[in-house]
Amino acid sequence: MATTSAAPSRRALPFPVALARPAALVERNLRAARHYWLTFVSGFFEPVFYLFAMGVGIGALVGSVEVDGREIPYAVFVAPAMMATSAMNGAVYDSTGNVFYKLKHSKLYRSVLSTPLRPWDIAAGEISWALLRGLIYSAAFLLVAAVAGFVPSWWALLAIPACTLIGLGFAAVGMAATTYMRSWNDMDYVQLAILPMFLFSATFYPLATYPPVLQWVVQATPLYHGVDLVRALTMGDLHAGLLVHVAYLAVFSAFGLWATTRRIGKLLLT
Amino acid sequence: MSLIRGTGLRKTFGDFVAVDGIDVEVAAGESFGFLGPNGAGKTSTMRMIGATSPVSGGQLRVFGMDPATHAPAIKARLGVVPQTDALDEELRVRENLLVYGRYFGLSREQVRARTGPLLEFAQLTEKTDAVVESLSGGMKRRLTIARALINEPSLLLLDEPTTGLDPQARHVLWDRLFRLKRDGVTLVLTTHYMDEAEQLCDRLVVMDRGRIVAEGSPRSLIAQHASREVLELRFDAADHAERVADVAGIAERVEVLADRLLLYVHDGDGALETVAARGVHPLSALVRRASLEDVFLRLTGRSLVE
Repeated sequence: MATTSAAPSRRALPFPVALARPAALVERNLRAARHYWLTFVSGFFEPVFYLFAMGVGIGALVGSVEVDGREIPYAVFVAPAMMATSAMNGAVYDSTGNVFYKLKHSKLYRSVLSTPLRPWDIAAGEISWALLRGLIYSAAFLLVAAVAGFVPSWWALLAIPACTLIGLGFAAVGMAATTYMRSWNDMDYVQLAILPMFLFSATFYPLATYPPVLQWVVQATPLYHGVDLVRALTMGDLHAGLLVHVAYLAVFSAFGLWATTRRIGKLLLT
Repeated sequence: MSLIRGTGLRKTFGDFVAVDGIDVEVAAGESFGFLGPNGAGKTSTMRMIGATSPVSGGQLRVFGMDPATHAPAIKARLGVVPQTDALDEELRVRENLLVYGRYFGLSREQVRARTGPLLEFAQLTEKTDAVVESLSGGMKRRLTIARALINEPSLLLLDEPTTGLDPQARHVLWDRLFRLKRDGVTLVLTTHYMDEAEQLCDRLVVMDRGRIVAEGSPRSLIAQHASREVLELRFDAADHAERVADVAGIAERVEVLADRLLLYVHDGDGALETVAARGVHPLSALVRRASLEDVFLRLTGRSLVE
C-alpha cells in the first residue's frame, strides 16, 4: 500500500496546509504563554515606562528638538523611537533567550522535527509568534502615546505594520544568531549589539547631532532605519525616502529567515 | 510488505563511521530490535529511519519512500520515542498530546478525541493536568509513547525505551508495548538490554561498531551462538583466567570475565556436579539459561552493558 502512496511534494501543498505547520508552533507557544502570562504582560510596560521617563521627565528639561528645521516637543520626538526600539527588543528577546532554551535545553525543536514540520516551519512559526506578540505591544503602545498627546498624525497607524517589519528583521536575524550560541554566556553578545543601537540610532537625539562620519555609521544599522521610518509615520512626514528604510528592513529580514532555516537544518538534521 | 528496507546503509560524521553498511528489512506487524552496546550505531540508524538524519551512503526506503525527498510524508506515519523524553515541559500532560497532534495537522476535535484514550493507555489519566516536571521517569516515558501514538502511526520507533527505568516501571512499559504489538503496530526498537530484546522482539539484529554481526529471532540466535545453559562460577582469584584449567573439558566453551567464568554447557547442574567431583570449590555457582548477552559475548568478545 505504501509504495503506491506517493506523498505530495512540498510545492504541491495547498496554501492553508503549508501555513498550518508554522501555525501549529504558534499555537504551542500560545498555550505555553497561558502558563506564563505575567511575563507576557510585562513586555508592554517597558517601552511605556521609557516613554514617560524620557518624554515627560527628560522632555521637561530639553523642551523641544529641531528635526529638519522643525521644532517638535521632545516627547513627540522620542515616542516613535521607543516604539521602534521596543519592537526590536521584544523580537530579540523572543528569538534569542527563548529560542536558545528550546534549542539546547528543552530539545523542543528536536521533537518537533520528528513530526512533519520542517526547519522552515520552525523558523516561520517562532518568528510569527514573536511578531504577533510584538503587534499587540506596538498597538498598545501607540494607543498610550496617542492618548498622552505624543502622536500628531493619523499616519501613525502605519507605524504598527512598520514595527512588525522591524520585529521580523530582528527576530529572524536574532534567531539565526542564536543557533551559533554555545552557552548562556554568549547571550551577552546580543546585549553588546542591542544596547549601542538602542542608545545611538537617533533614538534620543537627531542624527544631525553626529559628525558626518558617525552619521554614516549610524545609518548603516538596522534600528536607525526602523526609528526613522516610525518617526516619519507618527509625525505624518511621508516621503519616498521611507522606501529605502522599508527595503533595508526587508532585506535584513529575508537574510535572517534564510540563515535561520539553514542553520536549524544543519544543527538538528545531522 | 516491508515498511523499512535499508541496503548498504551508512552513516558517517566526518571520519567517524557510525553505521557501516548494514542491510535491514522490517515487515509490517513485526517487532524488530537493534541490540548492541552504546556506540554500536543503533541511534544513528533509528534517526535515519525517522528521516531526521540524512543517509550518508546506501539506500533506505521507509513506507516505500526515500527519506531524503519525502521526509514529511514519512514522518506523518511514524511514531518516534527518542532516547531522552524531550517532552514539552512548558505544557501540561494533556497539552503535550494536544499540541503534538497539531504538529501532524490533525484537527482540534480529532486530537481531543484521541487524548483521553491515550492517557488511559499510558495510565496517566489522573495526571491529565499535571506539570510534566512532576512526573516520575516511568510516567514520562509512557507519556512520550502516548505522544508518539497521537497520529496513529503504523510504525513506532523506540530508542532505548526502558533505559534508566527501575524494574517495575520497565515491566509496566513492556506490557504497554505488548498491547501495541497485539494491535498490529510495527515496533522497531533499540536496546542494550538482552532481556528486553528477548521479551519484545520477534526478530533482531545484533550490532557492533556500526555493523550487523548476527540476525534472527532471539531463540534462534541463542541456539546458534550459545549453548542451552550456562554455568557461572565465581572464584576467590584476582584473575579468573588462572582457573580455566580447573574446568577444562567440562564445557563446550569457557568465557573468562573479570569476576567470573562462564561455562557453556547443555546441562548446567550436571556440569556443576562434575566440577564439585573434581574437588574444585568456587565461591559461588549459578546455573541459568543462555541469553542474548551470551550471544553478544560470543560474537564480539565483549559484554553488552559495560
